[in-house]
Amino acid sequence: MSARTKPVRVKGTGEALRDFPTFKVISYLVFAFLYLPLVFVVAYSFNSNRVVTVWKGFTFDWYINVLTNHDIQRALTNSLRVALVATVVSVIIATGLAIGLLRMHRAGRTFAWALIGAPLIIPEIVFAIGTLALFVQVKVPLGINAITLAHIAFCIPFALLPIRARLRGVDIAVYEAAADLGANEWVIFRRITLPLLMPGVVAGALLAFIISLDDFIVSFFLAGPGGTTLPVYIFGMIRNAITPGVNALSTMLLAVSIIIVTVSYLLTRKKR
Amino acid sequence: MTTQEKAPKSVEARTAGQGSWWVGIPGIAYLVALVLGPMIIIVIYSFLSRAKFGVGVKWSFSFTPYLDLVFGESLAGGRSFDPTYLEIIANSFWYSLITSAACLVLSIPIAIWMATRPEHRRTALVFLVTIPFWTSLLIRTYSFIIILNDNGPINGTLQFLHVIQSPIGMLYTPFATVMGLVYTFLPFMILPIYASAERFDFRLAEAAYDLGANRWTVLTRIVLPSVKPGIVAGMLLVFIPALGSFLAPELLGGGKTSMIANVIAAQFGASRNWPFGAALSVLLLVITMLILVGFAVVARRTAKASGSSSWDSLL
Repeated sequence: MSARTKPVRVKGTGEALRDFPTFKVISYLVFAFLYLPLVFVVAYSFNSNRVVTVWKGFTFDWYINVLTNHDIQRALTNSLRVALVATVVSVIIATGLAIGLLRMHRAGRTFAWALIGAPLIIPEIVFAIGTLALFVQVKVPLGINAITLAHIAFCIPFALLPIRARLRGVDIAVYEAAADLGANEWVIFRRITLPLLMPGVVAGALLAFIISLDDFIVSFFLAGPGGTTLPVYIFGMIRNAITPGVNALSTMLLAVSIIIVTVSYLLTRKKR
Repeated sequence: MTTQEKAPKSVEARTAGQGSWWVGIPGIAYLVALVLGPMIIIVIYSFLSRAKFGVGVKWSFSFTPYLDLVFGESLAGGRSFDPTYLEIIANSFWYSLITSAACLVLSIPIAIWMATRPEHRRTALVFLVTIPFWTSLLIRTYSFIIILNDNGPINGTLQFLHVIQSPIGMLYTPFATVMGLVYTFLPFMILPIYASAERFDFRLAEAAYDLGANRWTVLTRIVLPSVKPGIVAGMLLVFIPALGSFLAPELLGGGKTSMIANVIAAQFGASRNWPFGAALSVLLLVITMLILVGFAVVARRTAKASGSSSWDSLL
């Protein structure tokens, strides 16, 4: 390891000089580490054995089994209702916030950013029980409406970031041109700002949707008797009896997340 | 790119069509009510007394919840020093520290490797690292029950290769908890280090080779100091959420490896002592804030030393 060993540059291009030995192998292994556990979850969802990790044979039965289960259907409906409402409301609020932030004075903007960053920094468990305490205190009944109210709060930052990124790229000359041509503020918003922001709005909506759909901890504490969402239901299954049914549900949830995040990525990808 | 923000002085004159500050008010009001509100309630609850049947609180001022953190109440009614909760807090720090260290060791090679790929492949690689972050935390944690259990693929492979005769009990141990944490937070370490490494001018490394340095010297004396802001940011992004983790110790630790969040959850569930749970939450919040402040100080120092700040790597 001494610095006096032979210099490495002997031949070849600069490219090779940028590589460090074993880094490539380690990188491949890290990628395997990131994806293999998920691959196993998916693979065992097709296991015909009740014991998840003892392979017996290939079957689709677990998918039929979970999709025809009434409790799971109800949990799925709850999850979708929460995620859809939380998405729509948080995107509307976030769009206003993105526009308002640019026009705020310094102190207001600092305060706003502290609030926006807070849901990302506050430990989830503290946010969950804090919201539970608040709802019990002001007598908001627990259930899917309570879950939705809380989800909106932590969806706002995720919806905001792509919208804001988009808004910052808009040249203010387009607003001035529209105003010069006689458009009022509302017309400018509807015909100029909103269409320009649309890719950011859609990307923000998609991210808010999966953040809400995948949330477990907050939903778990706010669910009450009738508010079980899909992740809360899956948690119960994991606690009671793990069958490949858990894997089948997980696989479907994974698929939804991965499809949505891919669409969002394609939408916001910088065009060259 | 940011025309609006670069012209603050003339902003009053040039506002046509840009909307007004008040369209941000609903958002701020919402976050005040449902983010600030819960935090305020938690602080208030932490100074109240336990309700008779456990759900909710009794509105009489009390320091008991904070005393409970350090002193246990014996059946006779007296108080004596009880390290149970201090041990859980210390454990949480310890697990988070190991998790951060493990993430760091895994992330440095992959972040630098990614940063040295051709540009069009870099975007795809970054996307590949981000995907797991967007999938359900519950399912990612569950996947380690599958991986680590006695009949799981790791034990299966080792037995098949005759490395071991009978399965190693990996699940429901502190090891499983830490594995789950590393798996959960790894992308948070890779991405900021990558962001720093991407900005590094690798011609500097080439110059060092020309001056006779070997690879180890180049890595430790040229590359690593340059990606330090990313490392600092990554440590923060892994350590803070790891400290507040609930699912990994809950599902993989098997009750033997409680962390702060599990104790908090228990106070709002089976144990039913809301003020004590609130006091623990306040403690966790204060620790989080202190770490953030500490980070801001370190970040400023590394920014001075290396020219780019850790905040840059965060964004």
